[in-house]
Amino acid sequence: MKRAWVLGGATVILGVFAWLLFGGLEKNMVFFLTPRELLAKGTEGVGVPVRLGGQVKPGSVKWDAQSLDLRFTVTDGGGEIPVRSTGAPPQMFRDGMGVIVEGRVGSGGVFEASNLMVKHSNEYRAPKPGEEAHEKYRTLIQQSASQ
Amino acid sequence: MNVADWSFDPSRTGRRTGIWLVLAAVVVLMATQTYAITNSPAEGDMGHLQKIMYVHVPAAWMTFLSFFVVLVFSVSYLWRRRETDDLIAASAAEVGAVFNGLTLALGMIWGRPTWGVWWAWDARLTSTLVLFLIFVGYLALRGFVDDAGQRARWSAAVGIIGAINVPIVYMSVMWWRTLHQQPSSPSTLDPAYTLGLRINAIAMLLVLIYFIRKRYEIARLERAVEHAAQSAAMGGR
Repeated sequence: MKRAWVLGGATVILGVFAWLLFGGLEKNMVFFLTPRELLAKGTEGVGVPVRLGGQVKPGSVKWDAQSLDLRFTVTDGGGEIPVRSTGAPPQMFRDGMGVIVEGRVGSGGVFEASNLMVKHSNEYRAPKPGEEAHEKYRTLIQQSASQ
Repeated sequence: MNVADWSFDPSRTGRRTGIWLVLAAVVVLMATQTYAITNSPAEGDMGHLQKIMYVHVPAAWMTFLSFFVVLVFSVSYLWRRRETDDLIAASAAEVGAVFNGLTLALGMIWGRPTWGVWWAWDARLTSTLVLFLIFVGYLALRGFVDDAGQRARWSAAVGIIGAINVPIVYMSVMWWRTLHQQPSSPSTLDPAYTLGLRINAIAMLLVLIYFIRKRYEIARLERAVEHAAQSAAMGGR
């Protein structure tokens, strides 16, 4: 009985390793596609669940605090895809920020996001004197939450 | 094996040094945490949430270090068959599991307000969870095997094979596209954050050394009891 447990446990561990090392590594380990990669899929990329990652194109953010309708464009420098999302974005969401959205491309070419994640860089810096921390979106969220 | 080898006298093992070690660990950790929290400015994007770094990152480093100890002493056990090596490896695994759990928990608490999600199945987070499961599996295995020699051999094997995952966890953000960012370096950190991180890593190292040492002392006491019970069962020989 104990031997069965041990063998079972060892099999699971080895199985996980085999999967990590040889299995769907390349396929499953890409957490998101960039706009260029998703656009390159053409019609194959339409209507299927996918994660799209890139930068929020500066100046593209349109946020309606009343309807919680959020529109922006994700860019990787080479391609860009318009995104529509519902709900308050995470506090750090802003122009130029890294972002990953889960959802699917609609027939109109607009990415309908069901989930929005902010991808932070490995840079941590205090604002320079006179500069304010980017807390404007927190204010926005608090405003919409109190409405 | 001679039972006398396992008679264990706590007063002989430097109890006083143990007390100095725990005092040093607690005082240094309190000082470095206080220093880091009070002396680092709010980060440009995430404000004071950056301060989670001072526990999350050292905890991750101590997790790696713990598994390295497990690896070294597992190899050493298979080579020299010294029971103490097995006990040190097991102690490091238990402490490593705690630091690994702390890393995951703080990462989730940090991720929710910054990324917007508690969890994502990206390569870094998944491989870190797998590392935690390997620690837990290693400890569960030890609980399931009654024979001390067999337990030591099997857990040494798991400790060595499982160590493969440590570089995978570390390199995951370089090898694969992930939600988790790549490691920061002094060039991507405000100097105040770098200093806070380094001194807290030193403090956490003291905690790690104390935990492993204390757990090892307890493991030796447990082993002494185990050997005594075995020899009693065999008629007190």
